Amino acid sequence: MRYLPQTAEDVRTMLDDIGVESVEQLFSSIPEGVRVQGDLDLPPPLDEASLLEHLEELGAETGGRPFLGAGCYPHHVPQLVGQMLLRSELLTAYTPYQPECSQGTLQFIFEFQTMVSGLTGCEVANASMYDGAHAAAEAAQMALRIRRKARRVLVSHALHPDYLATIRTQLSRSGAEVETIPFNETGAMDLSELERMIDGNVACVITGYPNFFGIVEPIDKISKIAKPHKALTVSVTTEAVSLGMLEAPGRLGADLAVGEMGSFGNAMSFGGPSLGFFSARQSHMRQMPGRLCGATVDSEGRRGFALTLSTREQHIRREKATSNICTNQGLCATAAAIHLSLLGRRGIKELARLNWLRARHLRRLLAERGLETSFSGPVFNEFALAVRNPAKALRDIEAAGLEGGLDLSRFYDVAPASKSILLCVTEVHSPKEIERLADALGGRE
Amino acid sequence: MSNIPEDLRYSEEHEWIRPASNHVTIGVTDHAQEQLGDVVFVELPEVGDEITRGAEFGAIESTKAYSELFAPVTGEVTEVNDSLIDAPEMLNKDPYGDGWMIRIAPAEESDIDDLMDAEAYREHIENEK
Amino acid sequence: MSRKPASAENGDHLEEAWRPRPDEPAGTTGLLLEEPLIFERSRTGRSGASLPPAGVPEADASTEIPEEYLRGEWQPEDGIPEVSEPEVVRHVTRLSQMNYGVDTGMFPLGSCTMKYNPRVNEATARLPGFTTAHPYLPEERIQGPLALMWNLEQALAEIGGFAAVTLQPAAGAHGELAGVLMMRAYHESVGEQRTKVLVPSSAHGTNPATSAVAGYRVVEIPSGPEGYVLPETVADAMDEEVAGIMITNPNTLGIFERHIAEIAKVVHDRGGLVYCDGANANAILGKVRPGETGVDVMHYNLHKTFSTPHGGGGPGSGPVGVSKKLVPFLPSPVVARSEGRYRLDYDRPRSIGRLKAFYGNFGILVRAYTYIREMGAEGLRRACEGAVLNAVYLREKLRRQENGGWHLPFETDSLHEAVFTDEALKDTGCTTMDVAKRLIDLGFHPPTVYFPLVVSGALMIEPTESETRESIDAFVKAMRRIAHEAQGSPETVRQAPSVSIRRRLNEALAARNPILKWTPDMDEQLASGIQRGK
Repeated sequence: MRYLPQTAEDVRTMLDDIGVESVEQLFSSIPEGVRVQGDLDLPPPLDEASLLEHLEELGAETGGRPFLGAGCYPHHVPQLVGQMLLRSELLTAYTPYQPECSQGTLQFIFEFQTMVSGLTGCEVANASMYDGAHAAAEAAQMALRIRRKARRVLVSHALHPDYLATIRTQLSRSGAEVETIPFNETGAMDLSELERMIDGNVACVITGYPNFFGIVEPIDKISKIAKPHKALTVSVTTEAVSLGMLEAPGRLGADLAVGEMGSFGNAMSFGGPSLGFFSARQSHMRQMPGRLCGATVDSEGRRGFALTLSTREQHIRREKATSNICTNQGLCATAAAIHLSLLGRRGIKELARLNWLRARHLRRLLAERGLETSFSGPVFNEFALAVRNPAKALRDIEAAGLEGGLDLSRFYDVAPASKSILLCVTEVHSPKEIERLADALGGRE
Repeated sequence: MSNIPEDLRYSEEHEWIRPASNHVTIGVTDHAQEQLGDVVFVELPEVGDEITRGAEFGAIESTKAYSELFAPVTGEVTEVNDSLIDAPEMLNKDPYGDGWMIRIAPAEESDIDDLMDAEAYREHIENEK
Repeated sequence: MSRKPASAENGDHLEEAWRPRPDEPAGTTGLLLEEPLIFERSRTGRSGASLPPAGVPEADASTEIPEEYLRGEWQPEDGIPEVSEPEVVRHVTRLSQMNYGVDTGMFPLGSCTMKYNPRVNEATARLPGFTTAHPYLPEERIQGPLALMWNLEQALAEIGGFAAVTLQPAAGAHGELAGVLMMRAYHESVGEQRTKVLVPSSAHGTNPATSAVAGYRVVEIPSGPEGYVLPETVADAMDEEVAGIMITNPNTLGIFERHIAEIAKVVHDRGGLVYCDGANANAILGKVRPGETGVDVMHYNLHKTFSTPHGGGGPGSGPVGVSKKLVPFLPSPVVARSEGRYRLDYDRPRSIGRLKAFYGNFGILVRAYTYIREMGAEGLRRACEGAVLNAVYLREKLRRQENGGWHLPFETDSLHEAVFTDEALKDTGCTTMDVAKRLIDLGFHPPTVYFPLVVSGALMIEPTESETRESIDAFVKAMRRIAHEAQGSPETVRQAPSVSIRRRLNEALAARNPILKWTPDMDEQLASGIQRGK
């Protein structure tokens, strides 16, 4: 048993020192009636080689480079990121409660907070959200704390369906009503519907940016409608790479800019772990959920970092905390910070542009083959393609030896959405593959 | 032993109350600030808010604790010490002076009569130990 | 190489106060290497990016996306640095050296189960078949990952004694929320609107916080005089308004709740449910199956009990096991199996819904599954026994007068962790926090301090099974030394740590003058905060 260091002699010596006869005696405080008899019924243990073989087998059919995003995007993660994450002291540390021996984790969180704030244009950011869906739900909860008497939360129907579902679950006991705002033929929020629905009882309006159909939503116009009613505007970005070229949502009027940052530094990994991000206005700082890292000095006046504003949190405020969360997504945030540092300002812009250009290339090739997007609004690296039969379209892609596309009839039962597949193109898809995909869908293969 | 001025009234929640002709000033005692440690944030009501004796009207955050403030008397808030927002440390440095929190116009004069004097408060602290 | 962040983008105006000490030789203090913020290393024009040429027709984004939604030029103050790859490597390496992890040494953080994180887990989680798996691939393509999830669910159900397990929650507190929402859904399904949850005073803060998110009022109940909850205390608090109890077993004092079966009966008799916080499950692996003690719902912490790395605070994973009557309420989707094929079942009309996108922290699930398959039933039981042996050995040593006479709040036998009070420090002027900081000087990560709240100046120590007898002896020696120092040279303890990269951080300054991100004038903000505090 390679992980357990105690030899028979160690055990004997320790038991003697304690003054008991057997290891079993150490468990005598557990009543007999609730004890397990014999061993658990688990598969037999495996040696390392067999273990690897078994796991390789389970992953054998899965990997790839699908033309598929929908909240989880295929991107190239630099080798350096993976190798650095194996640094013991980052990998095997705990939450930095003792700042004197956790400056590494703390400084990374601080750097990540800075980068998120730069990407979103909102002043304060944390590193604590499980994923984008959870960040959106916490944003709704925070809006309800800020607008204490408001009881409605409006969510765009073009927000990622898993995100909408997560918001519903998390608010299910808050006493607030979650209502959806329809989208129009552009694929963006129907602003006249928003104007009709909004009133002083609305705590926040939540929209994708870009949304589930890849459409760049007009945050500025949404915020203009929300503001007179004191409703907060929440932008939710599932594809953070888009923020390399899209205007920061905070500068367009979003009060809370949240989402998923897994695209930087983190693998798809079947949907998790990923990295929620959360940013807000300075004035709302004390209503933020999760861990926050701040700069300070040590007793000798040297600059250092520590978790701060912790009286918001569960370990102090218990049932009155701003959230029950205790995680910070430390390692995922570190991965994102490393990736963003490597990219730099030019790299992040270039990466975003590459994604947009290649997705545009696919749209143009498809248009040449008589296939149109389902919505007319502007898109980034994802778009809904109008098809007669979504299931057949996916089969055509597969038949060409490619992967991807998401049948939107799974989430929407009204056309055009229900007659669409969602496609995503990133820097990992070569121009050749893009052409083959267009041919497969255009019936030329 | 902490400082307990003779001319003030005190609540069981460790607030001091300084009555004047048409308002009372409220703060927290020296003993309270010692117990709290470094105060980092003070949450106070707004001018015009009605506060009710025994009900929560704000909170004090120190590095390690969050403590709610309970109103010692009922009345309308007439003034708030906004400088505490930027300098919460005043509450530690000068609890009976620049660290005052709010002024209110009491609705019931009798509320004040129910409060402790310095001697009773001294005893109250002793009993809590 | 100069050690100050020379002519960084924030200029040369750094005040001496928080610069690396100027009297030290450039670059190092022994092996303690300073490292500026990455933004301070940044020089416009450097880059560590490696991107392919577009290879497709060029176009200007403004031809499609309205100008107002396009970002202008990125500016240095926008929080993205410009650095080359070697600088990033050095930055990460130096920052990692400022950290202490389980791989560095003993990390006896109570209630956190800082056991060894096997490297083979890292290898399996990084298999390309898993890292490049998209969650929306067609079902026939994801049979492997689904099989892994199914197998892990089965194993966890067997370990905990539950009818079913959901792997969706991303952390322990997330699992708590799933569990309490299921309790709520269950009560509503039988036409009841209960309003309260009982939580022992020794509970983790997440328990009351979660209950509040789920819309419950928290009723705190005290532990008995021996450190465990008494059934009569629960009976007194129990009524038809109580949805259930959230209990940690063993509790945060490391003490087994020996009346758990009676407590469960008291709660069940009045229609309530029993939630178990599984944070301390390492102490009962293979010894007790909570589902058989009357527990209806429990979360597991894969990052504690099942060896997945904490990563500086996350990502974790908090699967939840439930008894039969709660199965219909599990989060959606669940993994289903029929005729040897696996699928995701979304048809769950009574489900509490979804807690996050997709299916859970799969990469963490792979690690935990790898661990369970490596250990097997006997291995898990032996891990538990090793953890308890180490903890009891440490407890018995530390309480001895010759080792400082550290004081136990309860004489009751404890399992995987030992909690001490600050009684031994009485009249020394030293506090529990001072002891924690002094341990850093002596090469150990401090234990959990000031928790549970019911113990004065608590020191909560959990060595885990990964430690050798020698390392525990060394820890005891360090504690003995601190106890003596507290008597003889208390200043040494109060001023600790003195050999870490930073000495005590001014937490009051951080909270009074919140600086939560780098800005070019960050150091001036810090200076004005220091000035104001004087």
